[in-house]
Amino acid sequence: MGLNIQEIRNDFPILAEKVYGKPLVYFDNAATTQKPLSVIEAEADVYRRVNSNIHRGVHHLSNVCTEAFEEVRRKVAGFINAGSNEEIIFTKGTTESINLLATSFGEHFFSEGDEVILTEMEHHSNIVPWQLLQKRKGIHIKIAPVTDDGELDMDAFEKLFSGKTKIVSVTHISNVMGTINPVEKIIEKAHSFDVPVIIDGAQAIHHLPVDVKQLDCDFYVFSGHKMYAPTGVGILYGKREWLEKMEPYQGGGEMIDRVSFSGTTFNELPYKFEAGTPNFAGVIALGAALEYLKSKNLNDIWDYEHDLFEYAMEKMKAVPGIRLIGQASDHTSVISFLLGKAHPFDVGTLLDKLGFALRTGHHCAQPLMDRFGIPGTVRASFAFYNTRDEIDRLSEALNRVGTMLG
Amino acid sequence: MTINEKQDEIIEEFSAFDDWMDKYSLLIEMGNELDSFDEVHRKEQNLIEGCQSKVWLHAELNDGKMEFQGDSDAIIVKGIVALLLRVLSGHTPDEILDADLYFIDKIGLKEHLSPTRSNGLVAMIKQIKAYALAFKVKQN
Ligand SMILES: Cc1ncc(COP(=O)(O)O)c(C=O)c1O
Repeated sequence: MGLNIQEIRNDFPILAEKVYGKPLVYFDNAATTQKPLSVIEAEADVYRRVNSNIHRGVHHLSNVCTEAFEEVRRKVAGFINAGSNEEIIFTKGTTESINLLATSFGEHFFSEGDEVILTEMEHHSNIVPWQLLQKRKGIHIKIAPVTDDGELDMDAFEKLFSGKTKIVSVTHISNVMGTINPVEKIIEKAHSFDVPVIIDGAQAIHHLPVDVKQLDCDFYVFSGHKMYAPTGVGILYGKREWLEKMEPYQGGGEMIDRVSFSGTTFNELPYKFEAGTPNFAGVIALGAALEYLKSKNLNDIWDYEHDLFEYAMEKMKAVPGIRLIGQASDHTSVISFLLGKAHPFDVGTLLDKLGFALRTGHHCAQPLMDRFGIPGTVRASFAFYNTRDEIDRLSEALNRVGTMLG
Repeated sequence: MTINEKQDEIIEEFSAFDDWMDKYSLLIEMGNELDSFDEVHRKEQNLIEGCQSKVWLHAELNDGKMEFQGDSDAIIVKGIVALLLRVLSGHTPDEILDADLYFIDKIGLKEHLSPTRSNGLVAMIKQIKAYALAFKVKQN
């Protein structure tokens, strides 16, 4: 048991890169993760050996490619313990999954004056699609507040429900603070009002085991590129009974049953929501990423990342002038901070020159920045290929940068 | 000094350093030494909002020469603002419109002027040129 980190690092070719002559320290994993060689090879291999448009050919390659694509649908269903393969819709990412829901669920189930409940810690991609629906249909958006520690205020959340609440959409884990939300409780509460729940799992899926049946969530969405898979693929899991009632999102090839100018009938699940040629090479490589994650065991990954996080917190707290944003008790390996009075942009610029890839700014969560009255943060987010040694180097660098900007 | 003489002077000052941290120390120092921004000018129409940092810019024309005041909430950006103002303040609108600002690239700070950095500097330079054009039109 336990992970062999050196071996894992060797699986990720990019980690050997240098920036400005210094070894790259990649702490921007919440934005996107790096890819293991097996994933890179899997995608290249599609183009090398089986590239062919799926679902429509009579020829051999098309069948091989289609089978590889559909095999990944089964793998994803297994990975999150979905009830059936038809409940797995391929999209291009979390953002598209949520837009699909806000449109297809929104158009069907919302009338003017109906309400969606979000939280103050949502990523813009779980805010703006609902604002677009608001414009189209005159719905209301209700916001559950965040406490000073960066946790969801559950009492306030529960009070937001009304007879007009049609759906709840919350992030599993905050991309800014790493807060793990009590999604089981949220789902239970919503269901007690007969309200379905969307969980934005973009920051969760690669950090902890997710079982959609056990959670009993109605929808769960995530992006491939944050879970060691290529960019441009994403997942929408939805319970069949909801997906069947929803209208298609986009029209085109693949999603139809029969097209005529007097009317068109739609294909079955999951194809009803997959208009056009999908990113099949990316999907097939996502399969390799799932295999990779499974081979490392998500429980071991969780333990290692958690240990790394605890170590980093201890080191960070010792940096003079540091202010941590969000100190929730339930937490993944994301640390947002400010350094004295320094602007996050300055801190990030100097750290970049020292070889650290971190993110600065509002992290697509401006309402949360407003909540804390700050323009942005510096964010370090860790993955299982990061090490204590890298964290030591970060804390040294922060001391140096703090002195320069102090 | 002409605009280009000033640019060459800055390039010379920075050429003493090849370590990034030293260059940035100098830039931070320049940011700290920039003349303080007159608070009466800190208003909406003088604000250039980047995605990450903000820049304020005020321009006026005195005896045919342009004078600028600038500020930023990020000290590194403020250092670059200081350099730009040092190069451009005290010149005529025509000189400013014709200026080719090559020093930023030469001292290795080109990345800060890429549109994707969105720190307000690209918009600031555009704004400086727009002021120069407006003053030139007014003069004629
Ligand atoms: C919590 C959360 N939701 C949604 C997104 C959007 O994901 P994507 O850009 O892959 O669609 C992100 C990515 O930063 C995220 O962290």
